[in-house]
Amino acid sequence: MTGPRRETLEKLTPVLTKRWLSPEAWRIGVYEQLDGYAALRKALAAHPDDLIQLIKDSGLRGRGGAGFPTGLKWGFIPQNDGKPHYLVVNADEGEPGTCKDLPLMTHDPHSLVEGVIIASYAIRANRAFIYIRGEAVHAARRLRNAVREAYAKGYLGTNILGSGHDLDLVVHSGAGAYICGEETALLDSLEGFRGQPRLRPPFPATHGLYASPTVVNNVGTIASVPYIVLGGADWWKSMGTEKSSGPMIYSLSGRIANPGQYECSLGVTLRELIELAGGMLPGHNLRFWTPGGSSTPLLTAEHLDVPLDFEGVAGAGSILGTTATQIFSDQDCPVYATYKWLEFYYHESCGKCTPCREGNYWMVGIYRRILSGAGTHQDLDTLLDTCDNILGRAFCGLGDGATSPVTSSMKYFKQDYLDYIEGRKAPRLSAKQLVGAH
Amino acid sequence: MGFSEATREKALEIIARYPADRSRSALLPLLHLVQSEEGHVSPAGVQFCAELLGITKAQVGAVATFYTMYKRRPTGDWLVSVCTNTMCNVLGGQEIYDRLSEHLGVGHDETTADGSITFEHAECLAACDYGPVMTVNYEFFDQVDPDTAVHVVDQLRAGQRPQPTRGARLCTLKEMSLQLAGYAEPREEAVGDGPAGAPTLRGARLAQDHGISVSGFDPDTPIKSSRGDGAPAAQAAGVAANKPASDLKPAGDMAKQQEQALKEAKK
Repeated sequence: MTGPRRETLEKLTPVLTKRWLSPEAWRIGVYEQLDGYAALRKALAAHPDDLIQLIKDSGLRGRGGAGFPTGLKWGFIPQNDGKPHYLVVNADEGEPGTCKDLPLMTHDPHSLVEGVIIASYAIRANRAFIYIRGEAVHAARRLRNAVREAYAKGYLGTNILGSGHDLDLVVHSGAGAYICGEETALLDSLEGFRGQPRLRPPFPATHGLYASPTVVNNVGTIASVPYIVLGGADWWKSMGTEKSSGPMIYSLSGRIANPGQYECSLGVTLRELIELAGGMLPGHNLRFWTPGGSSTPLLTAEHLDVPLDFEGVAGAGSILGTTATQIFSDQDCPVYATYKWLEFYYHESCGKCTPCREGNYWMVGIYRRILSGAGTHQDLDTLLDTCDNILGRAFCGLGDGATSPVTSSMKYFKQDYLDYIEGRKAPRLSAKQLVGAH
Repeated sequence: MGFSEATREKALEIIARYPADRSRSALLPLLHLVQSEEGHVSPAGVQFCAELLGITKAQVGAVATFYTMYKRRPTGDWLVSVCTNTMCNVLGGQEIYDRLSEHLGVGHDETTADGSITFEHAECLAACDYGPVMTVNYEFFDQVDPDTAVHVVDQLRAGQRPQPTRGARLCTLKEMSLQLAGYAEPREEAVGDGPAGAPTLRGARLAQDHGISVSGFDPDTPIKSSRGDGAPAAQAAGVAANKPASDLKPAGDMAKQQEQALKEAKK
């Protein structure tokens, strides 16, 4: 097929992903040749408050899913309070579909380390932690190497580059719990407890790690900081839309010719992304997709032209999330896809609150029944009732997220459910698959 | 079993990474450390951590059993994990899991009779653009199918070390656990192993091939200074941070669209 049109190609904004093309950019010497640590020198010459203002002016919003304004979050940290401050990077990437942070840490780990140092200086933190997903071993290997190199060069440790600012940075590996991507569960985990969410308020800004003021930011958020420090807020805002500024790494997977990471101006559409990715696979027609991971309500072929920024996706009834677009075709079954996502939420529920722990358990059972051909019409009502009892009542966003694929697949694809229940579709699960799935 | 002196020394190093009065933060890496010596977290390992941190065995046990990467029974040198979450699943992950399970004669979280391979299905491994994927000791084998997956485990059982698609050459699960405890990769140049895969680079390469870059980037753009009028903001910050969330939910997450989806599904 013909390649993408020029106007579509111009949606690409290689900023955070650009250095990935240099195979040795993970080495500090190569990183320094590619503008590396220039932002740190510039930042250390500025007043910390001016850096917070710069990030506010840039309109940078969190890249971990919620899209909270980063500068505002930094500004929440009380100053002159006599307490230690902490920066914690959430590198516990695990939302189904999401795969943008691991490649960043693997191929350009110093950009994250540099961002950590600048952010810590801005919020006056002398200790920072990168909580990285346990399974991400190669990314952690490169990151630990980068931290060691940065210490050796005087970018970390005491009196960084003669600025008088001290910073210690520890890379802390998790141990296989998706819930630790929830910021307060992450903090509990980092303190050596089970990763279970805390009640908010108080928010981490005042009572975070060790009950001290803490900023928790996603990898992509912090890795954006050096570019904003160098290029300025206006340059950053030349990408994206008014309320969703900057570039964003869209992770495309599924039934497309060329799955992968595409960094584009926020507000790009799925139609454009699919064009960049070489189109749908031959014989596949788009049927449903997630705009930002499995916790964001499914969208369909009707939504190909929705701008994929925070407001645009919300307007279409979903959530931008982590811009993990999982693309499914007419050969994929939305009921089965939802079932597998539910297995995930059931497995990953931390068990702290009843709605999420019990709700997901029962919903998995109902999906198994429907997919094995024994479902009833009442099952559909029970599923929605269960969602009603999870959504807004679960302790954290994990439970809420679990309802997204259920309610949205039922909204758009109720006929598929009915086809299983009324026997028009062959059972998808055999007795064998029903036994010992967990 | 008692733990070696070397392990005990490492444990103290790990504890020293965290603030002095916050030694409990060392628990996750300590459990990885215990696993690097024993291959799993045994009652002795739990006791070892409890003694070092001055907490009870029950407290350590509660944590050890919460996280799936801590294994409660002896493991093989090779932990083979197959992603069966939605994307990998529809691309063939379930067939890979079923075939390997049959070939190895074990199910989820079980170890082969010869003790070499521990098998499991995994939830999303954050490599959907490479799906279906499996990992060996968490190193990726991309776009596998049932035949290539069987070939990989056969090589492992024959004492060979197949090269992962990305990431470093394989080390044993115990060796990997030491890295998870926060220790640097000890093998010369293994940090540099593994080229970036094509999917990772696709967008960046497409832009490069077509001469697309972001214009207007000037690294010397000055940082605006507002010295003198920036102070009051910081004092009000703590109050603003703890404003209750706008909806009724304590955590105040973004449930608005999700509620809309539920409402429409009920129609």
